[in-house]
Amino acid sequence: MAHVGTHEENVLIKEHGWDDHFHDHHHGDKYQSNFITHYIFSQDHKIIARQFLITGIFWAIIGAAMSVVFRLQLGFPEESLAWLKPVLGKWIVINDGVGSLAPEFYYALVTMHGTIIVFFVLTAGLSGTFSNLLIPLQLGARDMASPFLNMLSYWFFFLAGVVMFYSLFLSTGPFAGGWTAYPPLSALPQASSGSGSGMTLWLVSLTFFVVSVLLGGVNYITTVLNLRTKGMTLWRMPLTIWAFFVTAILGLLSFPVLVSGFFMLMCDRGLGTSFFLSEIFIQGQALEYIGGSPVLYQHLFWFLGHPEVYIIILPAMGLVSEVLSVHARKPIFGYKAMVYSILAIGFLSFIVWAHHMFMSGVNPFISNFFVLFTLIIAVPSAVKVFNWITTLWGGNIRLNTPMLFAIGFVSMFISGGLTGIFLGNSAIDIQQHDTYFVVAHFHIVMGVAAFFGMFAGVYHWFPKMFGRFMDETMGKIHFWGTMIGAYLIFWPMHYLGLAGVPRRYYSFNTFDAFQGFESMNKFITIAAIIVFFVQLLFVINFFYSIFKGKKQTTKNPWGATTLEWTTPIEAGHGNWPGKLPVVHRWAYDYNKDDSREFAAQIEPLAEGEEESDH
Amino acid sequence: MNFLVLFLILLLIVIIIIQLGKVRNLASVIRGEARVERQNNDRTAMSLMVFMVVFLVFCVASAMYYKDSMLGYGPLQPASAHGGDIDYLFNVTLFFTGIVFIITHIILFWYSWKYRERDNADVKFFVHSTKLEMIWTAIPAVVMTFLVVQGLMVWNDVMTDIGPDEEYLEIEATGYQFAWDIRYPGPDGILGEKNYRKIDLAVNPLGMDWLDDNALDDIVIDGSAEIVLPVDTKVRVKISAKDVLHNFYLPHFRVKMDAIPGLPTYFIFTPITTTEEYRQQLKGHPDWEVPYDPTDPESKMKWEEFNYELACAELCGKGHYSMRRVLKIVTKEEYAEWAAAQKSTYFSSIRNQESDPRKGQLLNTEIKQRKKELTSSFNAALKSDSINLIRLEHVFFKTGSAELADNSKYELDNLSDLMKTNNTVKVELGGHTDSQGDDDGNMSLSNRRASNVMNYLSRKGIESSRMVAVGYGENTPVESNDTAEGRAKNRRTELKILSK
Repeated sequence: MAHVGTHEENVLIKEHGWDDHFHDHHHGDKYQSNFITHYIFSQDHKIIARQFLITGIFWAIIGAAMSVVFRLQLGFPEESLAWLKPVLGKWIVINDGVGSLAPEFYYALVTMHGTIIVFFVLTAGLSGTFSNLLIPLQLGARDMASPFLNMLSYWFFFLAGVVMFYSLFLSTGPFAGGWTAYPPLSALPQASSGSGSGMTLWLVSLTFFVVSVLLGGVNYITTVLNLRTKGMTLWRMPLTIWAFFVTAILGLLSFPVLVSGFFMLMCDRGLGTSFFLSEIFIQGQALEYIGGSPVLYQHLFWFLGHPEVYIIILPAMGLVSEVLSVHARKPIFGYKAMVYSILAIGFLSFIVWAHHMFMSGVNPFISNFFVLFTLIIAVPSAVKVFNWITTLWGGNIRLNTPMLFAIGFVSMFISGGLTGIFLGNSAIDIQQHDTYFVVAHFHIVMGVAAFFGMFAGVYHWFPKMFGRFMDETMGKIHFWGTMIGAYLIFWPMHYLGLAGVPRRYYSFNTFDAFQGFESMNKFITIAAIIVFFVQLLFVINFFYSIFKGKKQTTKNPWGATTLEWTTPIEAGHGNWPGKLPVVHRWAYDYNKDDSREFAAQIEPLAEGEEESDH
Repeated sequence: MNFLVLFLILLLIVIIIIQLGKVRNLASVIRGEARVERQNNDRTAMSLMVFMVVFLVFCVASAMYYKDSMLGYGPLQPASAHGGDIDYLFNVTLFFTGIVFIITHIILFWYSWKYRERDNADVKFFVHSTKLEMIWTAIPAVVMTFLVVQGLMVWNDVMTDIGPDEEYLEIEATGYQFAWDIRYPGPDGILGEKNYRKIDLAVNPLGMDWLDDNALDDIVIDGSAEIVLPVDTKVRVKISAKDVLHNFYLPHFRVKMDAIPGLPTYFIFTPITTTEEYRQQLKGHPDWEVPYDPTDPESKMKWEEFNYELACAELCGKGHYSMRRVLKIVTKEEYAEWAAAQKSTYFSSIRNQESDPRKGQLLNTEIKQRKKELTSSFNAALKSDSINLIRLEHVFFKTGSAELADNSKYELDNLSDLMKTNNTVKVELGGHTDSQGDDDGNMSLSNRRASNVMNYLSRKGIESSRMVAVGYGENTPVESNDTAEGRAKNRRTELKILSK
């Protein structure tokens, strides 16, 4: 593998680097003199990234374990779950010696699974980790624009987690009205036991969470716009940065709308307003609320909710683009088309929200526009898929674990994306809305695919974070187990949906039409349990490798072009010990000519060399 | 204890896997790292190809295996007029996406295998190609345009509300935790008003407004009864909810719509297959020729027990999964028969009970009915030569007094209208009593009663010259005075037409 030696890189930065006089002053590092400021209240984006990642892993284990518990109930309704009583206590109800999950707790688990995975794992754990790690490193910045806000961003996330975690132990149970929290169910404690204190804490937690996202987002945007090193024009940025940048904009524009909805919901719950409530008779009592509309909440929720799925998937797309290119040893195909696709998807994500609401009682005429815009998204998405595949064409592909997850991501994104074309068409959605077809669709396209992007990123940048490699053998077992297992879990769900089986059913025995899939449900549950344990393998590999993994000996083990691989292996706060690197070319000069396998961004153009036309 | 064993087993597996990784790393050091890595790479590339083939076969084979349980493919054909359009659209989309799915997967894994790391690879510095990118922007754009146009045609066709001249049957479904109430409009075809503040779980669970005439003939069918609808009839379901969101979902009919408190929605569909026809459709199919209840030797076959079902498809609380109701589609004749046998909720359980806001009052329908009856007997008397006596069935007095009861005014108003229309007719108003009490008293009472009737009519503008009031006392009974019923018949006011 021919790549620029350590010595040469240092010379490049030393001679051609840009001196920002960072080390003339004692900022940054002097605050990190002790354990607490270094590892806990750290302002170093690299530490904060690791904090986001490890917190995300913690929540992923909890969220996934919840899904295993409710899958047990769905797959094996006749088997006793009494053995879970020591953990779940009164939520296991024993009838005739058979312990089953209490229905209200089943719904609490489903709700928490969704909330935790969507917000805490795939938003904070994914975007929080990699935006923090890569934005300053790949742009050639010392840190985020505001390291202090960045620290607050993590700690608000932490606080949100504490509140949510606490809500799991309430005697009335955590919130149980679905992760979308539609009122009136979420507004009225009479309607569901989880809608009491559980919902209050849910709202408080997610409000803290939004603060975290906004603090992070402001920082990411500012950093991308203002702290790019010399030579790093927008069109030279790696696709990862483009993805994080657009993600941050989406978050900044959409999360406040969600919070406005939350505040109205809080007012309805506590102050007697009627934003979302009208003409309700519940528990033998006619309530005073009049004139509100539950549909308004849905508009506010999905105005975030839809961009949110792109907030989840865009960073994964960025990571995958980078990993595919590095390990295929080829430039990403159609760099500008990829950027424009990200921008187009980002823009369109704001005008498609009501496709979640075709059957919610909105005016059917309005749905015409939402169908149109929704299906238009298929075009930039298709462009991205074709470009990824073309990136592989004619490459020299290293099929290591990060690359496998990147390829797996493309497969998942195709499978889950195509089913979106069904659901985005309102007429088909009449039948498929709120069935298992939807569950299969979004789990594959934004659940599994986003996890694959995240895994690709973790395996690829693990040396950057911890100076060691993750174990390849365990990594490959993890990949195959997850790839095969995820399809075994979610593929059959399409058939359940096509048979009309609604989602969020505690039991399928109440209807003749939804019965008869016992063996399929058992199969899905077994697959889910296996996949869960395969993920534990990842966790073990992760923590084992932090301390015992193979040591990183060269700065740029993958032969990548981007700036993060030009820092010392153990980079301190400020990232580069001396001058900042200066950028001379785009991020994808792999196998440009016969003289070298790749040209790092810091390499000046050789004599007579023209900058790649991209 | 179980936990401990489980934990130890897991720990063991973990240690084995970690050691395995170490052994492999050591082995690769011994055998030459680069060579081993290359071998691993080749093996992984091959695995990807194998995965691709197995995966695609799995997708197609499993779809074939489950074909018959999926709606629209096997015997479970759509049971509504618009259902076929939706299934068609699904299949068109499946056709296009299926092609893309298979081709992209083959290429993705094939490239990953073909271009795996190799010596002296001629890596292509292929940065972009406007032509290629135009092609794969244009093709999806064209296909999407096609799907959008098709989809929106079906969508707008299905979702358009009833036109002004269309015939349809409207019913109402109201969801609540955790069941559905179904209301039929009754003979007038109009659902009456309701108001959630009038809900009383014991007597008026839907909060129907009994002051609205349209509500009086409405029928709320029993909570466990089947919903019955006629085949080939446009049905508009008005969908509402009492407490939280629900969703009116009829899987076999491709019908789904949220039920929202305070914001009624609707869905219009035309059932095209009766329950009986659907059962015949399932008959003979192996999946359906099995006992409905395998534990019961007497059990009927599954197809014989088939029913359309109404479900909830919007999370509404802990009983969300149990909001089942059976829907039965019958022929139009059977429906007419069924509808005729249904009793209006108001008349069967509310009328003149404590909860009736019109307790003791005449209903507009009754008033109209009386007018009709009086008009026809009056006209009959005018035409006939033999009949000239009409009994005023609904003229009452307060007990033992000559004062007119309040509810007598309807009959007398009708009479005054008739007298005005036929302005030459002269009549005698005759008062009669039963034999209770003394004769003179009865005579005087009947006289005063007849006069009061006449006075009422003259206040309404009928000239006194056209009327005579006569009291007959107890002298002209029409029935025996020995029974209470007989006496009731004898207490009466009669109209005799004196000249036309």
